This record gives sequence, C-alpha cells and structure tokens, in this order.
Amino acid sequence: MIQTTELTKTYAGTTVLNINNLEIPKGQSFGLVGNNGAGKTTFFNLLLDLIQPTTGTITSNNIQVDTSEDWKSFTGSFIDESFLIGYLTPEEYFYFVGELRGQNKADIDAFVSQFEEIFNDEIIGKKKYLRDLSKGNQKKAGIVAALIGNPEVIILDEPFANLDPTTQIRLKKMLRELVDNKEVTVLISSHDLGHVTEVCERIVVLDKGNVVKDLKTSEATLKELEAHFAL
Amino acid sequence: MIKHFLNLEWKQFFRSATWQKSIALKILMGFFALYFIVMFLIIGVGIYYGIKKMYPEADPLLIVTGLLFYWILGDLMMRFFLQKLPIMTVKPLLTLPIKRSQIVHYVLRKSAVSFFNFLPLFAIIPFSIVLLKEGYETPIVLIWLLTVTVIVLINNYLNFIIEALSAKTALSFLPILAIAGSLFALNHFEIISFSSFISDGIMSITSNPILIIIPILILVGLYLYNFSILKSNLYVDSSVQTKIKEAKTTDLSWTNRFGDIAPFMQLDLKLIMRNKRSKSTLPLMAIGLLYGLFFYPQQQFLEMEFMYAFIGIFSTGFFLINFGQFIPAWDSGYYKMLMSQNFKYERYLKSKFTLMVISVIILFILGIPYVYFGWKILLAHFAAAIYNIGVNSHVIMYGGSFNRKKINLDQKAAFNYQGTGAVQWLIGFPLLLIPMAIFGLINWLVGFEVAITALMGLGLIGIVFHQKIMNFISRRYLSVKHKMIEAFDQEN
Repeated sequence: MIQTTELTKTYAGTTVLNINNLEIPKGQSFGLVGNNGAGKTTFFNLLLDLIQPTTGTITSNNIQVDTSEDWKSFTGSFIDESFLIGYLTPEEYFYFVGELRGQNKADIDAFVSQFEEIFNDEIIGKKKYLRDLSKGNQKKAGIVAALIGNPEVIILDEPFANLDPTTQIRLKKMLRELVDNKEVTVLISSHDLGHVTEVCERIVVLDKGNVVKDLKTSEATLKELEAHFAL
Repeated sequence: MIKHFLNLEWKQFFRSATWQKSIALKILMGFFALYFIVMFLIIGVGIYYGIKKMYPEADPLLIVTGLLFYWILGDLMMRFFLQKLPIMTVKPLLTLPIKRSQIVHYVLRKSAVSFFNFLPLFAIIPFSIVLLKEGYETPIVLIWLLTVTVIVLINNYLNFIIEALSAKTALSFLPILAIAGSLFALNHFEIISFSSFISDGIMSITSNPILIIIPILILVGLYLYNFSILKSNLYVDSSVQTKIKEAKTTDLSWTNRFGDIAPFMQLDLKLIMRNKRSKSTLPLMAIGLLYGLFFYPQQQFLEMEFMYAFIGIFSTGFFLINFGQFIPAWDSGYYKMLMSQNFKYERYLKSKFTLMVISVIILFILGIPYVYFGWKILLAHFAAAIYNIGVNSHVIMYGGSFNRKKINLDQKAAFNYQGTGAVQWLIGFPLLLIPMAIFGLINWLVGFEVAITALMGLGLIGIVFHQKIMNFISRRYLSVKHKMIEAFDQEN
C-alpha cells in the first residue's frame, strides 16, 4: 500500500528523516514509536504531502504523493489540532469534511452516531465551537473526522495523547476493529508503548530519523521496546 | 520582585511578535505614534495663541480648562475601545510563589505607563510652558499641570472599572456609549453643566492648592476599587479565563445553489461571522460605502472626474480589498488540513471569488443613492464595479499567493497588522490607482464616455477570461503550497 524509496528530509544540513526502504502492505496496522525529534511527525507530513522530501519518493497505492493528488480521496488523517477549523461546531466540521469526501448530511449523521459512546455526550449538540472544546474532546472530533468517507489509509499522529482512559480503551477497540477487516491500512504514532503494541501488528522504532527496529508484534515486543527505550 | 517583573516586561517587549515584525511596519507604527505626538505638541504650543487670536479678551487657561470635560469623555471612549488591562499575561505567575496582591499591584501600576497616559503630557506640558512664558504665576501653572495629570490617571483607572462592569453584558460597548452620550447631552443642553463643574473645580484647586487632595483621593479610591475587583477575579476560572460563547448555527443552505463551491462558501461565511478579526471589519464596510460623502458634497471634488473612479472602486470594492488581501491567510490556522483533503483547489478559490463578486454587487446597489450627486457618478461607480469584478478580484487573488503570514482569527482588526506583509501594502496601489489612472487619463484626453467604456471593457475582458485566469491562479497556489504550509505553521 505504502512504499518509500530512499526517503530523506534535511533541514539546514541536519537530516531529520532517512528511511531507505519501507513497505507497508495493505491492511496492516503500523505503529511508529520514537522519542521527541525522532521524525514521526515528519514522516506523516511527508506521507500527506504537507512537506516535500529532500530526496526519494513515497507512493501510496502506487500513486506518488508529491506528484499526484489522487491519494487524497482514500486517505484520512489527523495530525494535530491545526487540522480542526476552530470556528465550526463539531457537527458542522463533520458535515464539511463529509462534503469534501462525497457524503451527505444523512450519511454523516448515521456515521457519527456510531461514536456516541466515545463522544460521551460532550461533543454533539453542545452548541460549542471546536476552539472552545477541551483538548481531549478536540482530539476525539479530529480522529472521527479522519475516519469519514471510508478511507483506505488512516494516519493518526499520537491519537492516544490527551484522551481520558475510557476513551483510550474505546479507541483501541475501534482501531483493532478497523484493522480486522484487512481493507484499511492504519498508521499511528505514539509515545505509549503499551497502546501501540496492543493495536499494531507491526512496530517501527525511529531514532534521529533512522529506522532502528522493525518488529512484528508478539508477546515479547513490549518488553523489547521497554528495554530499548530504557537505555 | 519588581526587578523580575521588569525583566519579564523587557523580554516580552523585545521578543514579542510585534517587535519582530517587518521593518516597514515598525516604521509605519512609529509614524503613527509620531503623528499623534506631533499633533498634541502643536496643540499644546499653539492653543494659547490660537485662543488669544480669536478671543483677545479671554483667558486661555480658563477656556482650555472649560474644554477638559469633552476631552475626558473622548479620552474615556478611546481608552474603552483601545486600552485593555494586560491581565492574561499574568497567568503563568499565578502558580509561582508571588503574593496575589503583588501581581495585582504590578498589573495596575504597569497600566499607568501606557501610551494613552503619556500622550496628553505632550500637549499639557508645552501648554504649561507657554503659560509660564506669558506671565502666569508658577505655582498656579504647576498645580494646574498636576491636577490634569491626576485626571489623566483617574481616566486610566476609571476605564478599567467601566470595562470590568460592562464586560458581563452582551453588547459591552453600549453602556459606555449611553453614559458618555447622556453626559454629553445633559451638558450640551445645559441641564447639568458638567463642563463648568469640572473647570470650576480645577480653577478652585489652582487658587487653593490644598484642594488637590480631592482628585488624588478619587484616584486612590479608583485604584483601590480596581485592586479589589481584580484580586477577587484573579482566578483561572474568572478573568484570566477566556470567555466561551455559545455557538450559533445559521442556516446557510441558500448557498447550495452555487453547486460544488457551496461547502467552501458556507465555511467562508462562518469564518467572517464567527471570528473577531473578520467580524470587526464589517462595521468598517459602512465607512467604505459612505466614503464618497467625504468628497461629493464638495464642489471642488465634484469637478475632478477622475475621483469618481477612485471612489467607485473603493466603495464597491471595500469588502473585496479587505477580505481578498488575506486570501488564503484567513484559512492559515487549518491550511494543512485543507491541503490533505480531497478537492480541487479551484473550488476553494472560486468560493472566495463568488463572495467578493456578491459583495461588489451589493455595495454597488447600496451605493445607488450617490446618483443624487449626478448621473455621471452612478455611471462611474457602475464601471468601477465591473472593473472590480473582472480585474481587481483576480489581481487580489493572484496577490494572495504571495501571502506568507499567518492570521490569528481571534484578534480584532483595528490596528492589527498581523498577517500584513509587504504584499498587502503593495497590492493596494494597483487595485486603486491603476483604474483611477486609466480613467483619469482617458477622461482627460478623450472624454468621459470613452473612459467609462474603457474601465468597463477591462472588467468585461476579465469576466470573459475568468476560467482561464482561475486555472492560472490555481496552478500558482498549488506550486507554492509547501511554502505556504510551512509559513502558516509558524507563529509570527
């Protein structure tokens, strides 16, 4: 599904990302871990053509992301709060994203109603603008918006940060269900090693822009990761 | 402790976004400040002689003191709209081991060294010097100077109390307008003469210096009242908290007739209506629309036909210029998100274009009463409207592709130069001056009708080639996409 070739990103002589060859097959749940500055967000930004690679290419479903825009129709993403339009209510935001993804209001209403549990009555019908919601609720709205329109690739940067424990558990369940149908490729990054090992079947560790570990998740993975980061 | 505060203040000033703005902007702001200072200096030096010239018998000190009432009212109004207590900046201090009362004292005292308090000094100090030179007794002049300075500070602290009390009401600026208006009216119709009350008061202080204790006591009282309001509100759930307004949803389904650009138009309309920055430009529309009234009633301007084109472009294009110059910076806060969504860039631009065209049409229709000043004016405005639609709308959108400055939508517009780069200053010239030059030149060389036709012709050419021009502009925006994302990512 996603294939990188000799991908590097350099800022003023410092290489912040250097991924020679990484392939993420369709339907895989892919976890990215690494300390601050490891290059996780840079990688996601490159995948979404929000920044340009210094060298190399990324293709998504055989579409090179920085030359064609066709990948947008099957990619949903939430990187940070700057993906939210602060002066809209959550409903209006969902409708807006929905319209860009060819979904009408009724589709969106039906879609959003699945998330009642996660929203916990704090998001829908509250007459609040997104900018006035708490960080956690903003995140929930952003993640749900990223799932609108049945995307085949879902990119979530630190989805668990700022969420309350109940929502973390529900989000994990939801992500696992998404991955189970093998149609959707999910890419997430996280600082919480426990969460990624629970959700992802494959975990890649980045350090200063380089891939230092590429693990297939098993019983031992969490221990291995903890050992790696304890150093 | 005060050392730490001053140190913070110093860093805040020199590391602030304002300081790091472009040099051109700094110079411009400097010019504004200088302009006001010079105006006040001229008033301070000249008012004595001006009064002497007009009323040789009168005592200028008495007359100036008599006018102080109006100045106090005006000053209060201006402060109410422009001066705010910098309370948000103390939030990080609340958890540090500093006494609350110390923080409050600091905030209040800091407000005393505001530009609003120094500006009057530029008028009253030269005035006092002139008084001394003209033979007034030194003690009287000094007491007068001191009294007026105390009044300036009284205004300073009175304003914060008014702001604090009216902040809870929905239309917070109504109370101040009502109070100032009724005071002015009571005084004007001589029901209660505040102006003579104030001037009598000041004059009796100058003759009986011990009475200065009264304004000083008032000042202290206001300070203490401010102190108590602030201290009881210095919690993160009251004044340090930003207010949350209830969201109002408006039915914008009428935009659906615009087809696939409808979602973007709805977004733009919401953007305009729900954010301080854009909302506060809307009242300015009235000024833009009525701009012609500054010129047309005067015969000498009525004879300058090239002005018709200028005023036509300005009054029908007011929204176009104000809104258009910040495309796409309006959306800078979530530009990344837009760029990862699935739509054609042209749809996005077309929505802005449609809004601008609608605004030009509405402003032209609202401006039809200008026909009172002559048919030629209406005709010129019509030509200007066509020119705005066909040419200026495209030019300003092309100019937008050079925008690299983020806009914070939550801040109000007046005196807000955020998002303003060299582009904004430069683009105003071609938008207004080129049509005026074309119109003026042809009008002078050939005639009025041909000049009108030329302006309309240019506009029509733009409308005919709209699709081609839009394709070109869209390509231009896409080619600078990454630069924009990077620039909008940075707080300026």
